[in-house]
Amino acid sequence: MLLSVENLRVSYDRIRALQGIGFEIDEGEIVCIIGANGAGKSTTLLAISRMVAVEAGTRMRYRDKDLLQYSADKVVSQLAISHVPEGRRLFDNLTVMENLRLACFARRDAGIKPDIDRVLAIFPRLAEREHQKAGTLSGGEQQMLAVGRAFVSGRELMLLDEPSMGLAPLMMKTVFDALREINQEGTTILLVEQNAQLALQFAGRGYVLENGNLVLEGKSADLLADPAVKQAYLGG
Amino acid sequence: MALFLQNLVNALQWGSFYALIALGYSMVYSILMLFNFAHGDIFMVGAYIGVGVAFVLIAMASQGALALPPWAILILTILFAMILTSFVGMLVERIGYRPLRAAPRASAAITGLMIGIILETGNLALLGARRIRFPSLIDTTVYEVGGVFITNTKIIIVVVALLLATAMHLFVRKTKWGLAMRAMAFDYVAVPLMGVSVNAIAALTFALGSALAAAAGILYALAYPVLDPYMGILFGWKAFVAAILGGRGSVMGATLAGFLLGFIEIFAAMIFPSSLRDLIAYSIVLLILIVRPHGFFGEPYSARLRL
Repeated sequence: MLLSVENLRVSYDRIRALQGIGFEIDEGEIVCIIGANGAGKSTTLLAISRMVAVEAGTRMRYRDKDLLQYSADKVVSQLAISHVPEGRRLFDNLTVMENLRLACFARRDAGIKPDIDRVLAIFPRLAEREHQKAGTLSGGEQQMLAVGRAFVSGRELMLLDEPSMGLAPLMMKTVFDALREINQEGTTILLVEQNAQLALQFAGRGYVLENGNLVLEGKSADLLADPAVKQAYLGG
Repeated sequence: MALFLQNLVNALQWGSFYALIALGYSMVYSILMLFNFAHGDIFMVGAYIGVGVAFVLIAMASQGALALPPWAILILTILFAMILTSFVGMLVERIGYRPLRAAPRASAAITGLMIGIILETGNLALLGARRIRFPSLIDTTVYEVGGVFITNTKIIIVVVALLLATAMHLFVRKTKWGLAMRAMAFDYVAVPLMGVSVNAIAALTFALGSALAAAAGILYALAYPVLDPYMGILFGWKAFVAAILGGRGSVMGATLAGFLLGFIEIFAAMIFPSSLRDLIAYSIVLLILIVRPHGFFGEPYSARLRL
């Protein structure tokens, strides 16, 4: 097992956003969490990357390590867990190449250059815009760069927050094909999506999050066929 | 004409102090959204540390333990004082600001004022109320070029200031640490997701800014050797003005604005009675800010304060 989460509780200003959820991810999987806006999807990812404080009683283990012992920057630099956050959070004042190099900040290995080259090969559009400021990229290109940064900063587990947001269908296909390719090379992926159809087609397994609780889980095919899921998330 | 050139030379020297202090203000402000109001006092601390270092080096040289020419002692004094003062800066960050990073900005700002007072009065408690004289490390030589008097001290001050400002510019533009600083200036919330430690970059920024302030302190003491614990207050305020005038996140902007401030002050004093100097000079600065509220080279930054 790669990641196991037990009794995850997070509160913002005394309002509990996650009510004690638990789930597991195996190495090499693609797992999705679907749910409505405000269900707690982003908070789940932020808890794993240690960007929000969790409440006492929460247990999170990654391989044989206690995730709670790691600060947010160490989760990336020591555990190779990367996180593409909501809204991508690119550094608009830096160029495409600088954004990629920044994502390698804590790496000391010789693989930085080959990894960056690999990103530019997966997304030739980024190679063309290497020296352009990230703030001037189109929405699709920004998503490519966000995924590219995650690829070079943490290859083991990638946390993706709404990668489909604001993308035209063709661009969406480019990004998800790339993610599939990255997964086949060994990166485990946990993605959260409002677009349940897309997420369940892409992932092998899924969880349904409602008001801070996981209410359903199963293989994607089963969830796609589930009447309750169809009713609530797939437009009938 | 000679009067104009003479004032130009004086303005370059005066602006050098502002520029070096403004750099530290500007970097901390852009990276942590923090007005480090203790920074002027770091300039004072740097000058005093410089006195200590210089006395030790001179004593060693006079006892023959260290066979060094005066210029080498000056360079070593600047270097050691920069290093030691950078630790003072990191200490200020660690004790004064880090615990308040999530606190309202106003709390962090008054922390700066309090640290400033602690540094001033701590100095008083340590060394007493008497003024201290910076030892003269180099003999002043005056050159006359077409009616303009230039001292070797002035040349040293301006050259060292320009060298340090350029080094800082290159550091921020060319190194990975500088890259992380620029990223943090844009969006400090998202920086940990890149594997960058906010604490490490904050400490580095304070260290660099304090080192530059120390250099400014010693250069100032070369020209005006009498030091007192409150020497940093007015300098700090004015350099703060230069930092804002230069534009958030711009090393070049802070440097140029520092020199510009020097020019405005010196030329205001050339044209008007010198008692009106600051009144005129800062009225002009106010007008500039009204026209350019973001300063000269302000970089964009993300307004999103959480993920």
